[in-house]
Amino acid sequence: MKLHEYQAKEIMRRYGIRTPRGEVARTADEAGEIAARLGCAVAVKAQVHVGGRGKAGGIAVAATPDEARCQASRILGMNIKGLAVTKVLVEEAVKAAREYYAGITIDRARRSIVVMAASEGGVDIEEVAARSPEKIARLWVSPREGFEPWQARSLALAAGFDRKAVGAAGTYIASLFRLFVREDASLAEINPLMLSEDGHVIAADAKITIDDNALVRHPEYQALAEEDSDDPLEREAHRRGLTYVKLDGSIGVIGNGAGLVMATLDAISAEGGRAANFLDIGGGARADVVRNALELILMDGRVKAILINVFGGITRCDEVASGLLAAAESVSVRVPMVVRLAGTREEEGRALLREASVVAAEGMADAARQAVALASGGVKRWVSS
Amino acid sequence: MGIFVGDDTRLVVQGITGREGRFHAGRMKEYGTNVVAGVTPGRGGAHVDGIPVFDTVAEAVRETGANASCVFVPASAAADAAAEALAAGIGIVVCITEGIPTLDVMNLLDAAKARGWKGRVIGPNCPGLVTCGKALVGIMPGRIFTPGPVGLVSRSGTLTYEVVSLLSARGIGQSTCVGVGGDPIIGTNFVDCLAEFESDPDTRAVVLIGEIGGRDEEDAAAFIRENMTKPVIAFVSGRTAPPGKRMGHAGAIVSGNMGTAESKVKAFHEAGVPVADSIGEIPRLVMSALK
Repeated sequence: MKLHEYQAKEIMRRYGIRTPRGEVARTADEAGEIAARLGCAVAVKAQVHVGGRGKAGGIAVAATPDEARCQASRILGMNIKGLAVTKVLVEEAVKAAREYYAGITIDRARRSIVVMAASEGGVDIEEVAARSPEKIARLWVSPREGFEPWQARSLALAAGFDRKAVGAAGTYIASLFRLFVREDASLAEINPLMLSEDGHVIAADAKITIDDNALVRHPEYQALAEEDSDDPLEREAHRRGLTYVKLDGSIGVIGNGAGLVMATLDAISAEGGRAANFLDIGGGARADVVRNALELILMDGRVKAILINVFGGITRCDEVASGLLAAAESVSVRVPMVVRLAGTREEEGRALLREASVVAAEGMADAARQAVALASGGVKRWVSS
Repeated sequence: MGIFVGDDTRLVVQGITGREGRFHAGRMKEYGTNVVAGVTPGRGGAHVDGIPVFDTVAEAVRETGANASCVFVPASAAADAAAEALAAGIGIVVCITEGIPTLDVMNLLDAAKARGWKGRVIGPNCPGLVTCGKALVGIMPGRIFTPGPVGLVSRSGTLTYEVVSLLSARGIGQSTCVGVGGDPIIGTNFVDCLAEFESDPDTRAVVLIGEIGGRDEEDAAAFIRENMTKPVIAFVSGRTAPPGKRMGHAGAIVSGNMGTAESKVKAFHEAGVPVADSIGEIPRLVMSALK
């Protein structure tokens, strides 16, 4: 799960990393009050889980509390790449002498943690990596080995940090490594890591992503995830314990197994349609999980047709069919439903659905074709098989 | 022959007294796998469907000669269970468990290297593997497989079943099918499996089912170009998945310009590997590769 900048900075401060003084505001008035308390020029920064908020106008500098209030009022309510801004971080504006980059992430191919530093900060690090990879110094470290300030100092020097920044930067990067391991992060990044005009090293922006698999041992982040979910449908899916991702199309998709569901989305696209979501009911799903999933899909007003694609290995097709029938009893199925069942107990599953108003599909491509036709209104009626 | 497991596999099931462990131990036996032992700490001396249960893997190895393990232990303890198996000298440790913290898996593989444990980990978050007609280790549905010349390696479970069913329906049998798992860090990757298939006399062609995220497919493409004489057919799922969203599998995520389907398809094309646009196309491509 991604944390907001203000949350990431709170955690970094706990690990001794210097950040600008600041607080989060949910209204323009709060932003003005925070600026007044800080008593200096401030930066007002949109807190949304997308990149490029600066370019989109989601960051502004304000010299006075009044200006901070105005800027916050403009930024709150902005929509950045489809996400509404509901919170701004108001923090002291820092004048930069130099901007660096420090980041830690997982190197999947090397099965290791990689610590990175670059003397070019405040820009998209992937662009730097693509354009001039030699500007990024990297060190691969296992969590068991640990990573000490002296190693971080060498890394910072190798990256070309100014000599007067190396001491504090090394300490902070080593702290960032400790944070990464202890908090089970999959990304911890300071970009830019700033050398200020008055000679301090300071984390001007901060990004942390926590490993979802490790949330069980960090209940404090789990609570944040619930309050912070950006979309009501995703929040509802989370509450129902479903693996759901909202997409931008009109065909609701339910399937078992991540790879199969991804392939189903691709098949829909190949037929000229767009899926409204990714929803994986997982292996061995029982009827109640299927019902739960179908109910969620039906809450989505954009959905014009539903495609259910199940390959029964451990999952039994008759369980899936009973779940669909149970859901159809408890909520009204207002859109056509294409069902493709294959594998364990497919005959029994299909027999159960014979009386129901669903389109039975033969294979994945056939199912996608029928769902796309139904969603675009190309077929007015559908047959029961 | 086949790869990793076969006639000589003697399997211990870790977590055999749990719901999943018990259920799948029975199914593996039914398929013909030689399930010789189970392990649940504190339940030594018990039997599950006639399979003797031990407190430790070391004891199971000593008493039964177990040489492979299948881990059904919950996520909080699974990495520890896998380490126990490796330390006991088990050669193939198949970790089915989903949801193990990434750093736990990294620590497991790192400890294995540091301590000189020789065994191979498959998974975690994987459906296991089948050497057709010989041994099934994991949770794959046995009846869809038919023995034959095609090796298969995949990051996805149900997509594997889908492809295997299509192949079997066209009379194309399989040697070994391996699900390597959907997590960011896995013990055995595509390249490891391709190398084994290349030297397996029973395998004449390989189907590789990849998905978005990471660069395992790109590494596989480079390996195929440099080292493989046998034909490989690829498929990549998630071509229409949006960046930055985790698509079910923890490892199936496009981050920035890393892990896109385009990059993987391009890498395969550059290595001369045919890429199926849809699942349905795979049997035809395999048939022409086998000619």
